[in-house]
Amino acid sequence: MSSTATQTVATRAGSAVTTRRMRLVSLIGPLTALAGVVWAIVQPERVTLLHPHGETFWWLVIEPPLLVMLAGALFHLLVARGLLDDLEEEV
Amino acid sequence: MQPPAEHVHWMFATGFLLLALFLLAEAVVGPEVWRRRPWRAYLWPSFVFLMGVLMWPVMTFFTNSTLHLVAHGAWAQVMMLAGAAELGLLRGKLHSALWRLAMPFAFLVSGIAFLVHEQNPWLFQRSAFLHHVLGWTFVLGALFPLLRALRPRWELANVGLALVFMVVAVALYSDRDLAPVFGHLSPLAGEPHR
Repeated sequence: MSSTATQTVATRAGSAVTTRRMRLVSLIGPLTALAGVVWAIVQPERVTLLHPHGETFWWLVIEPPLLVMLAGALFHLLVARGLLDDLEEEV
Repeated sequence: MQPPAEHVHWMFATGFLLLALFLLAEAVVGPEVWRRRPWRAYLWPSFVFLMGVLMWPVMTFFTNSTLHLVAHGAWAQVMMLAGAAELGLLRGKLHSALWRLAMPFAFLVSGIAFLVHEQNPWLFQRSAFLHHVLGWTFVLGALFPLLRALRPRWELANVGLALVFMVVAVALYSDRDLAPVFGHLSPLAGEPHR
């Protein structure tokens, strides 16, 4: 195989790896947020915000399913997007 | 306006979950891409340091026994040490590779602090169970930061470290002030609040 052909194969393999990495990175945040949504559906009593009964701030807002959704969203918006831009430059 | 103890555990759980996501993303993209933006390189070590700093007010306002206070103080110190060591290595202020052992050391100290400060058996109540789980998770999970210290670019070690933080997050999210565990609740533990 000529060196040009070898380089082309190597470049394609590199692009495939980068594309797979991009897919994985773009999934981390949404999957985390989805885990929070599933948790809220399985244990709706945890999401007091939807059915308040005079609870204080902490019992309304700082509930685990909401925190998991928030973590997923924050990661996606603040970290994953920038990472995806950087990975795109590699393709 | 002081949060209940359960909520403090849940907020720390969110911190550990975010740490796990950062480390997982770094393992997926590799250190070169992760460090392309300087702020990202410092993200998770400074997060560990910040969580250590935030452990001090927890120690001050939420502990009700000496043993509890000492355990929280130990977590605060080792988290700050581990975060600072990683920051120092990244910045080039620290040169010895031995500083990488700060993270497995922090894991071991944290795990032992969990196991020593829990005086009750596993099924006494939920928090006792979680303390045992967290203790052993940190002690056994110390293998991953140790492997990472020896071979920083080994993906398995980095993914393993992220997964340990995820297990810690799940355990902390499961915490309740006073609740049964798998149907067991010792009468000595008291009445559940909810």
